[in-house]
Amino acid sequence: MTDFTSGFWGYFIATVSILGIAFCGYVLLTQMKVKLKKGEKAQVTGHKWDGDLEEYNNPLPGWWVGMFVLTIVFAIGYLWLYPGLVVMGNAKGWSQEGQHKEEVAKADAKYQALYDKYTAMPIEAVAKDPNANEMGKRLFQTYCVQCHGSDARGAKGFPNLTDNDWLYGGSPAKIEETLVKGRQGQMPAFGAAFGEEKVRDVANYVLKISGNAAFNDVRAARGAETYKQVCVACHGAEGKGNQDLGAPNLTDKIWLYGGSEATIVETVTNGRTNVMPAWKEFLGDGKVHLLSAYVYSLSQDKK
Amino acid sequence: MENQATYNYKVVRQFAIMTVVWGIVGMLVGVICAAQMYWPELNIGPYFHFGRLRPLHTNAVIFAFGGCALFATSYYVVQRTCNVRLLSDKLAGFTFWGWQLVIVLAAITLPMGYTSGKEYAELEWPIDILITVVWVAYAIVFFGTIAIRKVKHIYVANWFYGAFILAVALLHLVNSAAMPVSGMKSYSAYSGAVDAMVQWWYGHNAVGFFLTAAFLGMMYYFIPKQAGRPVYSYRLSVVHFWALIFTYMWAGPHHLHYTALPDWTQSLGMVFSLILLAPSWGGMINGIMTLSGAWHKLRTDPILKFMVTALSFYGMSTFEGPMMAIKSVNALSHYTDWTVGHVHSGALGWVAMISIGSIYYLIPRLFGREQMWSVKLIEVHFWIATLGVVLYIASMWISGVTQGLMWRAINTDGTLTYAFIDAVKASYPYYFIRFLGGLMYLSGMVLMLYNVLRTVFDGKAVDAKIPAVAAHA
Repeated sequence: MTDFTSGFWGYFIATVSILGIAFCGYVLLTQMKVKLKKGEKAQVTGHKWDGDLEEYNNPLPGWWVGMFVLTIVFAIGYLWLYPGLVVMGNAKGWSQEGQHKEEVAKADAKYQALYDKYTAMPIEAVAKDPNANEMGKRLFQTYCVQCHGSDARGAKGFPNLTDNDWLYGGSPAKIEETLVKGRQGQMPAFGAAFGEEKVRDVANYVLKISGNAAFNDVRAARGAETYKQVCVACHGAEGKGNQDLGAPNLTDKIWLYGGSEATIVETVTNGRTNVMPAWKEFLGDGKVHLLSAYVYSLSQDKK
Repeated sequence: MENQATYNYKVVRQFAIMTVVWGIVGMLVGVICAAQMYWPELNIGPYFHFGRLRPLHTNAVIFAFGGCALFATSYYVVQRTCNVRLLSDKLAGFTFWGWQLVIVLAAITLPMGYTSGKEYAELEWPIDILITVVWVAYAIVFFGTIAIRKVKHIYVANWFYGAFILAVALLHLVNSAAMPVSGMKSYSAYSGAVDAMVQWWYGHNAVGFFLTAAFLGMMYYFIPKQAGRPVYSYRLSVVHFWALIFTYMWAGPHHLHYTALPDWTQSLGMVFSLILLAPSWGGMINGIMTLSGAWHKLRTDPILKFMVTALSFYGMSTFEGPMMAIKSVNALSHYTDWTVGHVHSGALGWVAMISIGSIYYLIPRLFGREQMWSVKLIEVHFWIATLGVVLYIASMWISGVTQGLMWRAINTDGTLTYAFIDAVKASYPYYFIRFLGGLMYLSGMVLMLYNVLRTVFDGKAVDAKIPAVAAHA
């Protein structure tokens, strides 16, 4: 009983548990003495409440007593085989963690060969294999849909995986790297450094280079200056982004958080933090490889 | 001291009427929640969102509807079986107004988003303190009345009511222990797995003592009275009472199977849940067998129909519960709609039906009438309610088992067969059936309110005289 810092509580609980089970048996025994003879009718106890409330003294139904005893016997047997009491039990050496490990090992033994077959193939080939693609799709529906959606088209803050526009690169190797190591995207907050006006200027410049017609010329011109001094470091001189840093291309109509002036102002003011978890430890190489191939296949028709 | 010669029916009347009112309010919110599951567009704004309405529903039906029914019946039963007026009219009146205040505060603060985040104990600390004060007053009135009783033996119904009052006090104090950080925000005194354990120790005993033991007290008075027969077995009531109140206290961990809770805790929770089966059924046997020799009354008396059907659902839920507490069954049922179906088989089938039957018994007696305004309407209420429960629990069983099976289905390559959304799609039609079942149950309650109001307006409030104590053997 390592769950408590002192051994005392383990014994305390075991004592109360055993006494409790014994108590159930005891109250049962104390009330089993009276039996009715065949044909004999039970009498009322003689107490009366509220005018006409009385109680018969019928004996306990036999089947009910049997059921009660059975559950008590089962309890003792279960506590003997499984962990429950510090003073006895867990004859099977069972733990839920052990059960989980056992099931995982069994599954690994059963399915590993299948995964190994695909792991040995290059991602482009796996993506073309209909069987592997089906497996990848099912894995995607289990592990990826929470953020990227069941159609893989993402949501606000979560990239669309079907448009062949990539934050970190769309080559098979880059996709696998994203899944294996995860990604941490960071847009710093410039609200305090720029001030409100300058933020709006930059936002209008971003609107302009993204091809949005609705921007303010004067602001965009001022914003261009700020862009050249600050934003250029990650998003590049032409605003095409930098896949080594995960800095988005600002010159297309694809937005992670939205391309309205208000949203861009919000992004520049407060910054954004984006996390893609690392999956290698959790899923293992086989599943990551299949998932990479599936994600790669999603945008192949967009090339 | 003329009023010494009568029982205090005023507080019983107040609680009895509010039982019906809060029943309608609580079930209406439940029907809205069910509708939101089927038509998600009905989640309108923050105040009207499922996440805030759901705790309002559970609090309203358990503590407002169920609570008022228990106050009404326990005050009635304890007086009449002790042959004495309540210990203090003032204190009893305080419990009525105090409890209504708690309910109104809950109805305001929960939609506003004030919550401690503990299921069935969501109310924030100032309201928790008010509950404690009201509960202490309740205990004083109830046990005080027992202490001044004119009858030597304490009737079995009062054992159950008494156990309920003591246990709920203990549960509320321990689980709601928290550190306030502002007027309406506090943090639990416990953390991590201990917090979960305390919460479900509370949660399951709220079921055990609030929704089971207390309503068994109701059953032990109103069934023999309505049937006009003695209780089947005194011995059985002794065994099942002591075994029930001892064993229930242990069953909480079955809500946390296969979680961070230590293995030994889960094992104890499971075996005590199984031992609980026989003690639970003791109450059902005692109630149903009380009717043996009076079965014909079932055909003509819709109040008795409510009570016997309640016992049948009680028997079903208390069989289902221990089964679901078995780890391997729980691995299928946990987190699915099966749990929701199980709870409502207990709540709508047992708790509400025994309360409805008892209130129908009480209302004419409290307002000087022979019987309810329309016995026919009780009959209609019974059939609508029964059909509603059946639709509700059958749809949730099917939906729940479907979800459990879909979540665990595995392809030949070891991947999951279904995405989560597939199981949601499969459940969708059943959510409509559940909504219908709930709506039917609610309409039954509206009929009840109408019937009650007609009876009240036809009659006038009466306080029964306390008869001379009969000699006892």
